[in-house]
Amino acid sequence: MEWLQKHILTTIIFLPLVGALVISLINSERKNLIKFLGLFFSTLTFALSAYVFLKYEPQKTGFQFVEIYPWIRSLDISYKIGIDGISLLLLVLTTFLTPVGLLATWGSVDKRVKGYVIMFLLLETGMNGVFCALDTFLFYIFWETMLIPMYFIIGIWGGENRIYAAVKFVIYTMVGSLLMLVAIIALGNFASQLNGQFTGDLEKLYEVAPKVALNAQILMFLAFTLSFAIKVPLFPFHTWLPDAHVEAPTAGSVILAGVLLKMGTYGILRFSIPLFPEATFIFLPYIAVLAVIGIIYGALVSFVQPDLKKLVAYSSVSHLGFVVLGLMGLTIESVQGGLIQMVNHGLSTGALFMLVGMIYDRRHTRMIEEFGGLARVTPVYATFFMIVALSSLGLPGLNGFVGEFLILLGSFKSKFLGTTAFSILAASGVILAAVYLLTAYQRIFFGKVTKPENQNIKDLNLREIVSLAFVLIFIVWIGIYPNTFLKKSEPSVKKVVEQMEKYRSGIFRAQK
Amino acid sequence: MHKYIGLALIFPLVGFIINGLFGWRIKKEKVIGWFGSLTVGASFIVSFLIYLELVRLPFYERKFIVEYFSWIKTGGLDISFSYLVDPLSILMAMVVTGVGFLIHIYSIGYMHGDRGFARFFAYLNLFIFMMLTLVLADNYLLMFLGWEGVGLCSYLLIGFWYDKPFEKMTTSDAGRKAFIVNRIGDFGFLIGLFLMYKYFGSLNFNTVFSIANKLQVGDSTVFWITLLLFVGATGKSAQIPLYVWLPDAMAGPTPVSALIHAATMVTAGVYMIARSSVLYALAPTTMEIVAIIGALTAVYAASMGLVQNGIKKVLAYSTISQLGYMFLAMGVGAFSAGIFHLTTHAFFKALLFLGAGAVMHALDNEEDIQKMGGLKAHLPITYKTFFIASLAIAGIPPLSGFFSKDEILWGAYSQGSFWLWLLGAIGAFMTAFYMFRLVALVFETPPRYGAKHPHEAPKVMTLPLIVLGFFSVTAGFIGIPESFGLKNLFHHWLEPAFEDANAKLILESTHSTSTEFMLMFISVLISVGGILLARYLYLKRMNIVAKLTQTFSGVYKLVYNKYYVDEIYDTIVVKPIKWGSEKLLWRFFDVKVIDGIVNGSARVTSIVSSVVRFVQNGIVQFYAVVFLIGILIILWIIF
Repeated sequence: MEWLQKHILTTIIFLPLVGALVISLINSERKNLIKFLGLFFSTLTFALSAYVFLKYEPQKTGFQFVEIYPWIRSLDISYKIGIDGISLLLLVLTTFLTPVGLLATWGSVDKRVKGYVIMFLLLETGMNGVFCALDTFLFYIFWETMLIPMYFIIGIWGGENRIYAAVKFVIYTMVGSLLMLVAIIALGNFASQLNGQFTGDLEKLYEVAPKVALNAQILMFLAFTLSFAIKVPLFPFHTWLPDAHVEAPTAGSVILAGVLLKMGTYGILRFSIPLFPEATFIFLPYIAVLAVIGIIYGALVSFVQPDLKKLVAYSSVSHLGFVVLGLMGLTIESVQGGLIQMVNHGLSTGALFMLVGMIYDRRHTRMIEEFGGLARVTPVYATFFMIVALSSLGLPGLNGFVGEFLILLGSFKSKFLGTTAFSILAASGVILAAVYLLTAYQRIFFGKVTKPENQNIKDLNLREIVSLAFVLIFIVWIGIYPNTFLKKSEPSVKKVVEQMEKYRSGIFRAQK
Repeated sequence: MHKYIGLALIFPLVGFIINGLFGWRIKKEKVIGWFGSLTVGASFIVSFLIYLELVRLPFYERKFIVEYFSWIKTGGLDISFSYLVDPLSILMAMVVTGVGFLIHIYSIGYMHGDRGFARFFAYLNLFIFMMLTLVLADNYLLMFLGWEGVGLCSYLLIGFWYDKPFEKMTTSDAGRKAFIVNRIGDFGFLIGLFLMYKYFGSLNFNTVFSIANKLQVGDSTVFWITLLLFVGATGKSAQIPLYVWLPDAMAGPTPVSALIHAATMVTAGVYMIARSSVLYALAPTTMEIVAIIGALTAVYAASMGLVQNGIKKVLAYSTISQLGYMFLAMGVGAFSAGIFHLTTHAFFKALLFLGAGAVMHALDNEEDIQKMGGLKAHLPITYKTFFIASLAIAGIPPLSGFFSKDEILWGAYSQGSFWLWLLGAIGAFMTAFYMFRLVALVFETPPRYGAKHPHEAPKVMTLPLIVLGFFSVTAGFIGIPESFGLKNLFHHWLEPAFEDANAKLILESTHSTSTEFMLMFISVLISVGGILLARYLYLKRMNIVAKLTQTFSGVYKLVYNKYYVDEIYDTIVVKPIKWGSEKLLWRFFDVKVIDGIVNGSARVTSIVSSVVRFVQNGIVQFYAVVFLIGILIILWIIF
C-alpha cells in the first residue's frame, strides 16, 4: 500500500498498459472477457484517480504526488511526473471517459475486439502521461505515444474513408509536434546558456524561459502554440477534426473529443502561457480573434451539416473556441471557466458522440434527414439526448453554462484582452448553439415518423442507460455545484494568472 | 417561516422528478394530476404563510435573504442559491403558485386522455419551480437560471404535441422559435450581467443596489446595463422587436398558454425591471425607451388582435399588448402600477385562456372563431366568466383591470407625456373592441360550428374559472387610487421595494385630482365605446364589417398577416445565415479553401517527392553517373 501511495500517478499512467499486456495474453475469441478486462482496468484506473482527486490539497503550492527518476542525467532529463489543480481535473476526466466510452460501445465493435481494447488502454496510458508529465521530453514522448493507438483506432475500426482520415489526423498532428520538439530542444539549450545546465525539467524551465530574448521566445511560443492549436483545433487548423470524427468508431470519437482536444488547450495553459509570457502578450489578441472566429464559424457550419456526427464535430470547434478565449482572458474567472469548460466539453460532447453511436448502431446511418419522430419511438433515448443537448447549449443548471458564463464574464473584464468585443462576439455563440442543436433535435425527434425503418427502433438498453447516466451525474453536478471542481483548481489557476499580471506590470514598467 | 422558502421551491421540483421519472408507470391520471397540482398548492401555502409573517412585521423589516448553498465561487465571483423574501418577491410567488395551482387543476380535466399526461404535469411542475427561482432569486445569475429555465419549459410545452401540425409548420417549430428568439434577448441580458459585474464587482442584488444608490442619475454605464437587461426583457416578455414568438407559442396546449404565455412567464421582464428599479431610476434614457417600446407594443399588438380569427391568437396579441402597458408603467416610473397590472392581468388573462380552452374542449379543438357562435347557451359558466374577464380587461369599473390600467394611464400622463397617454388610450379602445368582438363571435352570434354538440366542461375545469372570475372582479380593490380617499393597500405593500427608486425619480410635484378624475372618466368612456361598437357591429351589423374589410382589404391583409414581420425576419436574417453558412462557409471556405490548402500541400509534397524519388532509384550506375556529372560541374565552376 505504501508503495502505491508513493507511486500513485505512475500506477495511474501504467495500469492501463498492464491491462493491455494482460489482454494480449488472452485468446482473441474470448471477446466478452477481453471487453470485461478492458473495462476492469480502466475502471480501476478511474478509482485511483478519484482517490487522487480526494487527496489533492489545493492549498498547497506547487505540484503534488511528484515522482522523479533521472533518465538522461547529462541533459537533466528525467521521468518527472506530478499534478496540480489544472492537470488533476483533466486526469480525472480522462480516466472517467475511458471506461464510460468502452461501456457505451460494448456492443458496437465486433471486429478484432482484442486489438481494439488494447489500443484503448494504450491510448489511456499516453493520455494520462501527457497530463502528468513535468518534463518536456517526457511530455513529448507521451504526446507522440498517444498518436499511434489513435491512428489505428481510426484506421482499422473506422468508417469508409478511415484511411484518409487517419493519415490526415497523424500528419496534421505530426507537423505541429515536430516543431514543438525543436522548441523543446531549443528551450533546453537556452537553459544551458543561462544556467549552465541543459534541462527538460518544466519547473526549472518556468524560471528560465521567460528570461530568454524576446525574438527567441516568439519563435518557441509559435512552435509550441501551433502544435497545440492544431490539436485544439483552433480555426483555421480544424479541418482534420470533422474527418477524423466522422470516420472514427464511437468510442474513438468520445476520447478524441473528450480528451485529445483538451491536450491542446492544456498545453497552451501549461506550456505556452507560463513559459513565454512576453510572447503571449504579443500574440494573445490574435489567438483570441481566432478563438472567436472559431466559436461563430464552428456554430454556423455546424448548423448546416446533414451528418449528425459532423454536426457534433463542428460544434467542438465552437466549444473549444470558448475554452481558448477563456485562457487568453487570463483572469481567474475566465481561466477557471476555460478549465471547467474543457471538462464540460468532454462530458457533453462525449455523451453526444455516444448518443450518435447508439443510433448509428441501430440504423446504420447518421444522416439527420433519415430520422424524424423518434421521440415517440424511443422516448428514453430522446430524453437523454435532450438533456445532453441542453448541457451543450449552455442551459443554466447544467454544466455547460458554468464554463461558458465564467469564460465570457472573465474575458469581458480582462485587462489582457483590453476590449469587451471578444466577449460580446463570443456570446453570440450562445444563440447559435441553441440554433444548431435544437434544429437538429427537432428534425430527429419531433414531427411524425415518416420512414418505415424508424418505426421499430429499439430504445436504449440498460447498459447504454447506465453509461449515459454516469455522464449525466456529472453534467448535473457541475451545473449545480461546480465548486467541488473549481475549488481544486483555483489556487493553481490563480498562480498562473498572478504570475502573468506580474510580468505584465513588469513590461509596462520597463516601457515607461 | 421565511427560512422555509426553499420548501416552496422543493415541492414542485419533487413533483417534476417523480412525475417525470415514474409518471409513465403510474397509470392513473388522477394520481398524477392531483399529485402534480398539490405540490403547487403546497408551495402556495408556504408562500402564503410567509406572506402572513411579513404582514405582521414592521414595515422596514420585511426583507430576508435566505442562503442555502454556494453555486459558483471563483475569483471575485461568489454566487449562491440564495433567495430574497420581500413584499415584491412574495407577491410574485403567490401569484405564480396561486394561479399556477388553479391551472394545474384545470389541466387534469383538459389533458384527460392525453398520452403524455404525466409528461405534461412534470413539465408544468418544472415550470413552477423555475418561475419561483426567477422571482425569488437574490442575485441576477440565479434569476437568469430561472429565466432560462422557464424558457426551456416554454419550449418543451409549446412543442408538447410534437407531431401535430400547426399553421404552416409544426408545434415543434413554434417551440424552437420561442427558444431561439428568447436566446437572442438573453444574449443582451448576459452582456448586461457582464457589464454589471465589471462595474459593480458583483451580481448580488444587495451589493449592486447599495452601490447604485450612491451613483448619480444619468450614469452612462448604468444606462448600458439597464438597456441590455431590457433587451432580455423584450425577448421574454414579447415586446417589439422580439415579440414574434408569442403568437406562435399558442401551438401549445391551452393551459400552457394560460399559465406560461399569459399569466406568469411573460411577465418576467416586467418583474425584472421592477426588481432593478434602482438601476432603472438612474437611467432616465432607458426608462424613456422602455416607456416608448411599451406604449408602441400596446397599440401595435392590439391592432393585430383586431382582425385575428384564432381565439387563442386574439388572446396572444392581447397579452403582448397588455405587457406593453406594464412596460409603459415601468418606463414612466409607475413601478407599483405595473406590478399591480401584472397581478390583475394574471387573473383575467388566465381566465380568458382557460375559457378559450373550455370552448375548444367543447368544439373538438376548434380554434377558428368563424366556426363558433351561439355557445352562450351550451357553456353558461364559461360564457359568464369569459364575459367578466372581458369587462375586466376592457377596464370597466369596478373590475380589477379598470384600477390597474387606469393607474398606468394616469402614470403615463402625469409622469410621461400626453403622447404616451394617447397611445395607451388608443390601445384601450382597441382592447375593448377586440375582446367584445371575440365575445360576440364565440358566444353570442348564431352558431356556425356545424354538427358538433358543444357541452360545458367538467367541474374540475369550471371551478378554476369561477375562482379566477372572482379575483378578476375583486382584485382591483386592493389598489384603489388614493384620490378616492382610501388607502392604496397595494402601493403601501410594495413601497419598500420601490422606495429607493422613487427617491431618484422626479415625480409629479402637484397631484391634480381633478385631472386624474377627468382622465379616468375619459378612459371609461373609451372602453365603453369600444365595447358598444364591437357589439353593434358584430351582433347587429355584420354587413358593415364585411364591407369595411372589403374596402380596406389592403390594410386588412397587412394587419391580418401581422405586418409580414415574420416574413421580413425570415428573408433578412434567417435565410441569409442559412445560405451563407452552407454555401459560403462550409462548402466553399471550409471544404475548398482550407481543406484545399491542406490537401494541396499534401499533393505538392507527393509531387515533389515523386521527383525526388526518381533521383533515389537504387541503381548504382545512375548514382555513379550523377556523381561524375556533379564532380565535372564543380571542377568547371572552380576553374
